[in-house]
Amino acid sequence: MNKLVFFANKVVISGFAIGSVYAMGAIGVTLVFAILRFAHFAHGDLMTVGAFFAYALTVLFPTAGASLGLPTGFVMLPLAMAMTALFAMALDRLFYRKLRANGVKPVVMVMASIGVALMLQGLVRLFAGTASRSFFIAEHKEIFRIALPIEGITRKLVITEPQILLVVFSVLVVTVLHFFLTRSRFGKAMRAMSDNADLARVSGINTQTVVMMTWVIAGALAAAAGVLLSLDVSLKPDMSFNLLLPIFAAAIVGGVGSPFGAIAGAYMVGFAETLAVFNWSVLLRPLAGWLPAWIEIPVKLAFVPTEYKLTVPFFILVVVLIWRPTGMFRGKVL
Amino acid sequence: MHAGYGGTLILKGVDLQLQQGQIGVIAGPNGAGKSTLLKSIFGLLTVHSGSIQLAGELITNVEPNVLVKRGMAFVPQEKNVFESLSVEENLQMGAYLRRDNYNHLLEKIYADFPPLAIKRKQPAGELSGGQRQMVAIARALMMEPRLILLDEPTAGLSPLFMEEIFAQILGINADGVSVLMVEQNARQALTIADQGFILTAGKNRYTDSGQHLLQNPEVAKSFLGG
Repeated sequence: MNKLVFFANKVVISGFAIGSVYAMGAIGVTLVFAILRFAHFAHGDLMTVGAFFAYALTVLFPTAGASLGLPTGFVMLPLAMAMTALFAMALDRLFYRKLRANGVKPVVMVMASIGVALMLQGLVRLFAGTASRSFFIAEHKEIFRIALPIEGITRKLVITEPQILLVVFSVLVVTVLHFFLTRSRFGKAMRAMSDNADLARVSGINTQTVVMMTWVIAGALAAAAGVLLSLDVSLKPDMSFNLLLPIFAAAIVGGVGSPFGAIAGAYMVGFAETLAVFNWSVLLRPLAGWLPAWIEIPVKLAFVPTEYKLTVPFFILVVVLIWRPTGMFRGKVL
Repeated sequence: MHAGYGGTLILKGVDLQLQQGQIGVIAGPNGAGKSTLLKSIFGLLTVHSGSIQLAGELITNVEPNVLVKRGMAFVPQEKNVFESLSVEENLQMGAYLRRDNYNHLLEKIYADFPPLAIKRKQPAGELSGGQRQMVAIARALMMEPRLILLDEPTAGLSPLFMEEIFAQILGINADGVSVLMVEQNARQALTIADQGFILTAGKNRYTDSGQHLLQNPEVAKSFLGG
């Protein structure tokens, strides 16, 4: 039974946490694709930039969270989200809008976004160097060790405060987004423009405003994902490329252009990652007595070593592109 | 008026006029510039020379969302519904610029187009061709326009649905809305037209009342299939 708790710690809790990060990123990628029709490769860097905004605020006011009983980085999250939303709008105005006005092909937009991504990575390193940082300057990270009230279980369920905040926050965001898209006038206009931009224009919808709103949502969610992940692990200046692939995999698995597909795809990729790196020997060892003698359980039995975790979303991505290129929820084909 | 796509000029001197409350029909062979004319009027293409007026006001090259506010509506020929949105959401998008309560109008539309009332929660993409056309026209009516532009409203419909759409157009006109439409089925369309315009190669060829055009032997021979 203790082994199952170990499994819950390593796979279930971690899967939910990383899946939530991917979900908030993938929603942004899928919305940008739905409205602007290009794959935004600088999305991971919006996360890094957002996380650094929150970090800068945390350095400036390291004790701001103490009075609320929350990590300071989390208290700074709304501000960082607003700043990143503005930042995303500025990127659009500086680069993407000019290209759109020239009527360039989507592939040119994709190339431009790779350029923006490399530029932002350079900027981040220029200001912040390459070292990892911790958000916990004046505080310490709360780790809950929950004893389960079941006989024979001595191992405790381990969950960190940032993980709880991450899951709660992403559930909240997804709920708000759902009501925004299905109930509000503006949310419906976004769906209408994603469905048929020409008809949206003919209906009198100001497409420029919809584009700006898309960047606001994508930027804010990217910041939330970046900050919450950095709170849980650490703030790495090079996190963007490591996040970009799983996020694109999630968006494509779910069906590009479908926000709810993106969420489903994100948790799928998240759990696939944690399941793939889990050491299955732990669960097999108690069964050794029933297995024939010639089977020897190795010390470490995982599908992929942790260092190669990134191959998992890549594998899923390729499989989905071959077998079901429109994704689980029939999105637009990239 | 002269207009076209990018550098290519498609309209080379078109002139048409429609009185408030009338039905105007634009007919002519493929490639005459019928759809181009409607798109130019609605500000979707650049007009290079000439002018367009709506009730005495100049509207040449005015943005579509401004024209919608001024009481003009446009129903494109293809992709004219939001397929993934429900019928009701399609109508709400038609009323996007309205900030008042338009429930009474929604009810009137459901009364005028009964099939839409039944399918109001269904995605428009799942509807039949005729019903989609109803959604497209109803969406355009949500702003209570003075003038509605229809680009081939009966294209690809069965004769039965065609009759129904023509009846709907007469009904809309009876409510005081001017109608300017491009129509492939010229003979039928001209029977309900106050004004008919026959275009060839981007120019007016014949301009007359619908009845006169139908009786004109030359028009009948060249454009209405004898």
